[in-house]
Amino acid sequence: MSERAFHQDPEPDSPGDEADDGSDDAREVTTGAEAAIIALEEAGVDMAFGVQGGAIMPVYDALYDSDIEHITMAHEQGAAHAADAYGIVSGDPGVAMATSGPGATNLVTGIADASMDSDPMIALTGQVATDFVGNDAFQEVDTVGITQPITKQNYFAGDPDTLGEDVSEAFALADAGRQGPTLVDLPKDASKAETDVQPVSPETPDTYHPPETADEAVIEAAAEALEEADRPAILSGGGVIKGEAHDELRAFAREYEIPVITTMPGLGGFPETDDLSLGMAGMHGTGAANLAITNCDVLLGIGTRFDDRLTGGVDSFAPDADVIHVEIDPAEINKNIYADYPLLGDAERVLEQLDDELTEAPDADEWRAQCQTWTEEYPLDYETPEDEPLKPQYVVERFAEHADDDAIVTTGVGQHQMWACQFWTYTEPRTWVSSNGLGTMGYGVPSAIGAKLGAPDREVVTFDGDGSFLMTMQELSVAVREDLDITYVILNNEAIGMVRQWQDGFYEGRRMASEYPWIPEFDLLAESFGARGFRLEEHDEVDDVIKKAREYDGPAVIDAIIDPGENVYPMVPSGGDNGQFALNEQQLDTL
Amino acid sequence: MSSGELPGPAPEERMRPEGRRNEQGIRIDPEAEATHQPRYAVLSALVKHEPGVLAEVSGLFSRRQFNIESLTVGPTTDDGVARMTIVIEEPEPGVEQAKKQLRKLIPTIAVEELQPEAMRRELALVKVRAEKPDDVQSVAEMYNGQAVDASPNAVTVEITGSKQKIDAAIEAFEQFDVEEVVRTGAAALERGAETMDANGYASGE
Ligand SMILES: Cc1ncc(C[n+]2csc(CCOP(=O)(O)OP(=O)(O)O)c2C)c(N)n1
Ligand SMILES: [Mg+2]
Repeated sequence: MSERAFHQDPEPDSPGDEADDGSDDAREVTTGAEAAIIALEEAGVDMAFGVQGGAIMPVYDALYDSDIEHITMAHEQGAAHAADAYGIVSGDPGVAMATSGPGATNLVTGIADASMDSDPMIALTGQVATDFVGNDAFQEVDTVGITQPITKQNYFAGDPDTLGEDVSEAFALADAGRQGPTLVDLPKDASKAETDVQPVSPETPDTYHPPETADEAVIEAAAEALEEADRPAILSGGGVIKGEAHDELRAFAREYEIPVITTMPGLGGFPETDDLSLGMAGMHGTGAANLAITNCDVLLGIGTRFDDRLTGGVDSFAPDADVIHVEIDPAEINKNIYADYPLLGDAERVLEQLDDELTEAPDADEWRAQCQTWTEEYPLDYETPEDEPLKPQYVVERFAEHADDDAIVTTGVGQHQMWACQFWTYTEPRTWVSSNGLGTMGYGVPSAIGAKLGAPDREVVTFDGDGSFLMTMQELSVAVREDLDITYVILNNEAIGMVRQWQDGFYEGRRMASEYPWIPEFDLLAESFGARGFRLEEHDEVDDVIKKAREYDGPAVIDAIIDPGENVYPMVPSGGDNGQFALNEQQLDTL
Repeated sequence: MSSGELPGPAPEERMRPEGRRNEQGIRIDPEAEATHQPRYAVLSALVKHEPGVLAEVSGLFSRRQFNIESLTVGPTTDDGVARMTIVIEEPEPGVEQAKKQLRKLIPTIAVEELQPEAMRRELALVKVRAEKPDDVQSVAEMYNGQAVDASPNAVTVEITGSKQKIDAAIEAFEQFDVEEVVRTGAAALERGAETMDANGYASGE
């Protein structure tokens, strides 16, 4: 460990520029741009993340007089991920802003990410003036066309009189039902044009009716199936957290003594410290979770879309189970896994309905004992020999020990992300902030910024990969400028390790473009940004470095030089049988 | 050199269920696996009459790999509402998925799958080299077609009807030189007095 050269305590003494408080309550709308900003204010927005530029300048100009705090990001992808994370931790849509053309295309990865994970977010993009649209004008792209498949709904707001309403509706939609990203494209002339139409408070369009409570007949049948189950299991997905159903789920699982498995986005929906918890299932899930999901006879899936990283091969997924699927989006029913009992509605309310209907717990002592045996047989384990390089699992586990119970973990994508799933203990909802569905490297640094600003009282730690960090590390400048108390831990294996692991496992060790020993020294790099940098190489320094980094008031970066050969297990190869997970590379070969 | 070995019984020593699911995620009897044959489905949708909706719907169908045979869209008696008729060919769960995904689009007001006996009409314009215009005319009449244009060298015939009828008509014209064919997709309505509104066809469900 060393706290290396040229560090100057940046101790920012600037009091953080409070938005000038000249504004009064009901501002009169005079332009389309003002209508957009007032619509956001009406929706309760107090923060936005973005990058300025020509076509969106009128909208930024309207922000000048607003109480909405704007966080200037280094790159629009960072703005989108920060807004996304803000939405995850706060539950309310995060706001991302960008100019037309490259500003909008830079947002695209973040919007797609939010779409895959059903994260609430609204993007406002500038657009060339309507007269120029379609002419390949400077910085013109078809933003509405490009983002159409990755938004819940998007809008071309060409009319200044309805522009405010478009923003209100987009906000309401992002937040309602199954959450997700929306986008409003704002041509410059419409933003600049005069209007006196005051935006209304956010309302979803009349075509949008998310289901609330499930059909009673199906509830009755599902309850009966659950009561009669010999091997029941609950699969708790991201929808449990998004739907605020975690308390109901805890009570439900405990009352009926049903073992609980989580998906990756479902981490934190059910406490992993609970005796009923089997941990996460799927490609790198626990042995117990994957064996339980494979062998159960009734599976109660709540707020999950049965993604392929969870199910493995569909043919071998819970093949003996009657599936009860609690879901707010009708299109998820029977999409990947057939639902014997489809329960459409809000997760919390449907759980209440089920609870009201159930008269007794399933008789499943033997099954619970079996699950317990699996938990004991398949611990998530690793070796920590003193004479070998640092183990990433140890770093994650020690950090979890030091951190607050409700600390928020954000990640990049790769092996480090999986270790962060496996070796941190999640007990609270909205503590896992990761790119689950899209698998976006570079999510870690900006998501921590959004998470910290969305939940300022909570500890935020990011487990990042060296490769992922390099994709968005410029956002460190924002963390420094905003003086955000974030600890970044780079599990540095000098490789895009997950790819290297797959090459070793499935491509005969032909390591094409997966190792990069030319990466920078991240601790020095952090210092050059004005953050605090630490280098961590030895097991016996782990606690000390974690302590110092946590104590540091501001962004700190730990460059943890880990064993480059470490792999993530258990592993279900893609399309494989969850119950047949490999515990090592040899077993991978036999599957 | 790789590490990350974990303890525990090996794959072949573990509890393993007998059952299986098919590609659609439906549990199957391994003895008698049911495969779903593709079928034609006619979907009728009321959508908000606003720019971009057609692109949204066609984008949805292509990116989710639903096989569109035809898609037509046009105004209705309500200025704010357009009606689409979409003919797809899918195996059973695919039809359901297509309906749900279409319903999920925000501008969509209602989606119904029409009964097989629903009224279905298509239109075709067939341009035929007309050395013997009278022969063309008599074939056209067999299919209730109408010559809509005649020039010294070509006759263009309009035919309306079911897909099968138009297929048959075009085949019959093959005895002449068919120069050009253009066809619309299907427009379809349910038979009887029922009409479709935001809740679908009143008779449905
Ligand atoms: C934007 C993006 N590009 C490429 C990939 C493919 N990919 C998945 S994991 C991975 C390696 C990530 O490397 P690193 O961040 O160092 O994490 P590690 O696996 O080494 O822990 C890559 C390249 C991706 N997920 N995202
Ligand atoms: Mg790496």
